[in-house]
Amino acid sequence: MKIGLFIPCYIDAFYPKTGIATLELLEKLGQDVDYPMDQTCCGQPMANSGCNKDARETEELFVRNFSKYDVIVAPSGSCVHHIRDNFDAIEQTDAVKHIRQNTYELVEFIHDILKVREFPWAEFPHKVGLHNSCGTLRALRTASMSERNEPFFSKPMDLLSAVKGIEFAKPKRPDECCGFGGTYSVTEEAVSARMGLDKVTDHHNAGAEYIVSADTSCMMHQQGCAERNGVPIKFIHIAEILNGARA
Amino acid sequence: MSNKPVKHAQAAAEFLEDDPHRLFHDERLWDMRQKRDQQMHGMPEWQELRDRASRIKEHTLANLPTYLEQFEENARRNGIHVHWARDGAEHNRIVAEIMGKHDAKSLIKSKSMITDECEMREYLEPRGITVTETDLGERIQQLDHQLPSHVVVPAVQKLTGDVAKIFAKYYGTDPNIKDPHELAEAQREAARPVLLSGDTGMTGGNFIVAETGGFVVCTNEGNADLSSNLPNVHIATLGIERLVPRVEDLGVFVRLLSRSALGSPITQYTTHFRGPRKGGEMHVILVDNGRSDRLAMPQFWSSLKCIRCGACMNTCPVYRRSGGQSYGSVYSGPIGAIIDPTFNAKKFSTLPFASTMNGSCSNVCPVEINIHEQIYDWRRVLAEKHDIPFVKREIMKMAGRLLAQPRLYRVSIEGTEVALKTMPRFVLYNYLNPWGKHRELPHPVKETFNSWYRKNRLKTSTKKEHESA
Repeated sequence: MKIGLFIPCYIDAFYPKTGIATLELLEKLGQDVDYPMDQTCCGQPMANSGCNKDARETEELFVRNFSKYDVIVAPSGSCVHHIRDNFDAIEQTDAVKHIRQNTYELVEFIHDILKVREFPWAEFPHKVGLHNSCGTLRALRTASMSERNEPFFSKPMDLLSAVKGIEFAKPKRPDECCGFGGTYSVTEEAVSARMGLDKVTDHHNAGAEYIVSADTSCMMHQQGCAERNGVPIKFIHIAEILNGARA
Repeated sequence: MSNKPVKHAQAAAEFLEDDPHRLFHDERLWDMRQKRDQQMHGMPEWQELRDRASRIKEHTLANLPTYLEQFEENARRNGIHVHWARDGAEHNRIVAEIMGKHDAKSLIKSKSMITDECEMREYLEPRGITVTETDLGERIQQLDHQLPSHVVVPAVQKLTGDVAKIFAKYYGTDPNIKDPHELAEAQREAARPVLLSGDTGMTGGNFIVAETGGFVVCTNEGNADLSSNLPNVHIATLGIERLVPRVEDLGVFVRLLSRSALGSPITQYTTHFRGPRKGGEMHVILVDNGRSDRLAMPQFWSSLKCIRCGACMNTCPVYRRSGGQSYGSVYSGPIGAIIDPTFNAKKFSTLPFASTMNGSCSNVCPVEINIHEQIYDWRRVLAEKHDIPFVKREIMKMAGRLLAQPRLYRVSIEGTEVALKTMPRFVLYNYLNPWGKHRELPHPVKETFNSWYRKNRLKTSTKKEHESA
């Protein structure tokens, strides 16, 4: 199984550590991973703004970069959600269908495809608050949601529970959106930032030292809100913890 | 109606400035959402009920003309006068005509969203008819000349102090009343004489039953029963989408409605109207007002399944922090964002963008409307109609071009301080400032993942392969 690693634009530019951790983790799990150098973005920013036509060429480029891989893995729930559910600015050729059916968010890939539950090298002696992005929670369904009458399940929690020394904080509104929402974060900045501050405060009040998430975009926004308002909380991508980061 | 796009972002920002209001609003609605969750957990068949409710509504909407005619026939047989109104204007004329025949001047009404949609008060009042809202929240909004903020709790954005001031102005009560019960009592005192002297009563209707020719009104204050039973003439304004085929279908919807809305098992009053009482007169106005057009919209017709429970509003983190007034429409929150543009796509073009598309709304919806997906679809429709701001359109065009050219893209983000300055600029351009208003920017890093990978992983052989690719 040849994996094409997709590192979304904002991780590439602002959070390379997350990209590195993802790559190293997949390698530790014995995977054959390749990172196509010409990748940029999945087209989500344009598509989510309604400008789907402007996403066409970006989606075409994505297909050129990734169609040769058996699976595509990305450490970003929202990008995977776009590819799987909304990647339709271009003709739905066999290559496009192949990509849409075989792109995985990192947690679900490890949990469902590799079925790995042990990370002997991982130790994170901190209390963390898990933030499930709306894309992972309600589109990719990697965890149960409080809106539904369904049994509890959480793929990220299943994986994190194998990490030595980790403790979980219980925020009051674990499923509430943090307010990032892509361009929403700037077009409605006041509400967005309020939601972000409420989110980080909820985790802080629950005793979380770190917020951990499978989505860096949410955390980029939350970090900005926490820092501006002096909420003492740190942020880390789940890939980094599973790869063995200690802090 | 003005076509100017509603400034939701700005109005929401203003709403957030006052801590007591924003905190109360968020907590109050979140509490309703939690009570709804508790009700849901007490019913193992919850999901089955939602599926069934959705299917009944879909079936009814697919056969709407048949069921409407069945209702009309049965209602007439029950002695109800049935009227059809193509739009709000026709509806309002019918109300005025009915009242005119009786030389009636005072309309007492219980809450109904559809009469707000028809702008009925605005039509009747200049014609010498006094309209009195008898639902407490709706009355508060009427006195304050505001649209309802919420479909179930219309004045939820107001604090006790706000109401005390309004009542002081109109009822002469103490403006410093702190006890909500005292305010409710003041409303009761003011409403009773009007109720007793009113010559026409009006209600909406939560459900219309085709097989019986009756309709059902659910309230918590009992005001609909007073409004409909004290005067001799009862007019019910009903949206044509409120239909269900059979009485037994109510067993599904009544169980879902109040649980979803307020988190209570049932409303205090569930009144089944079947026909006029002895010596009385009952009129039903079946209102279309854009519903048939919406039924023909492939992506948006299923919004007609809505039973107006407001669960999507209670759960919506954006609505809870924006307040209903910021939507500038009769219907606010997530459901408003998908049905308001069917009334006026330009004016309400901003509302589908007043959302993070987090999907909570669709998952609490008791009739399974895919609200957040329709929000996404509306964005496309509006962008294609050019009903989104020019600047945004241009930025997306630019972003689309840049992101499709890997080399140019690399150059633009591998600059001196790696991306920090260029990245938000190319995606967001002059949207950059808003990010920093209440938030810090991400920290600069030494190198991108791409350049790290080039240095640390690409072997000479594969490097060549990549470069020639």
